[in-house]
Amino acid sequence: MKTETIHIESRTERLSAVREFVSEAARTFGFSEEDVGKIALAVDEACTNVIKHAYRFDPTKKIAITVHAANGTFEIRIRDNGNAFDPGRIHQPDMKEYMTHFRRGGLGVYLMRSLMDKVEYEIKPGKMNEVRLIKFLAN
Amino acid sequence: MSDFKIGLREQNSVHILELKGYLDAHTAPKLEEALQNLLGSSRYNIVVNCKDLSYISSAGLGVFMAFIEDVRKHSGDIKLTNMSPKVYNVFDLLGFPLLYEIFKEEQDAITRFFDKSKNPSSTLQ
Repeated sequence: MKTETIHIESRTERLSAVREFVSEAARTFGFSEEDVGKIALAVDEACTNVIKHAYRFDPTKKIAITVHAANGTFEIRIRDNGNAFDPGRIHQPDMKEYMTHFRRGGLGVYLMRSLMDKVEYEIKPGKMNEVRLIKFLAN
Repeated sequence: MSDFKIGLREQNSVHILELKGYLDAHTAPKLEEALQNLLGSSRYNIVVNCKDLSYISSAGLGVFMAFIEDVRKHSGDIKLTNMSPKVYNVFDLLGFPLLYEIFKEEQDAITRFFDKSKNPSSTLQ
């Protein structure tokens, strides 16, 4: 198993560094450029949600991004200790309905689920939140 | 460091925004400001040329969502052009082709503003 972690400050200007870190790991693991792009976008969306919602743009906070790559499974864990949220409230929106009303937020969660094979959450209120984004390498 | 730039041109009273680089939550406010400036000066016929746009996240897509209703209320439109397949796929995943006209070439989008006989909500990509 290969595991790598970076820690970033909760600032949107760090998103490009996160995308580069994840892209490099996904490329090395053997994903196509198309899949590398999907993984980087999903991780960007997860980190953007943390910066905006869990930490409410507090730049003194930290986010840990860990990549586990083994046995055809590529997993990225995005961990913060900001405001907890209830994953049960995050439902799959009806995109046609959504677009018709020009709603702006919540697109990131939909994208994460569309781009990855699995999205899991582990929430320990007051302690930490973790989003796990998983993609399988096709044989 | 994200690199994102916006150019602005005008042709036949159509205002063309040229996006270059990476459009994410960090750089989206630049696009928001550019669109706000256009609307603030009552310019509602807008083409967004994505030829040099390397990347877009939902923060960038959200900016188009934020302005389209207001633009159309004033009989204008935001039309999108010249997307790479990678960028188009993100728009497509979120259903944008249902509500936005997306053209392969900028000139086709400009011409469309003067062709009122066609349905403005059809998909052209």
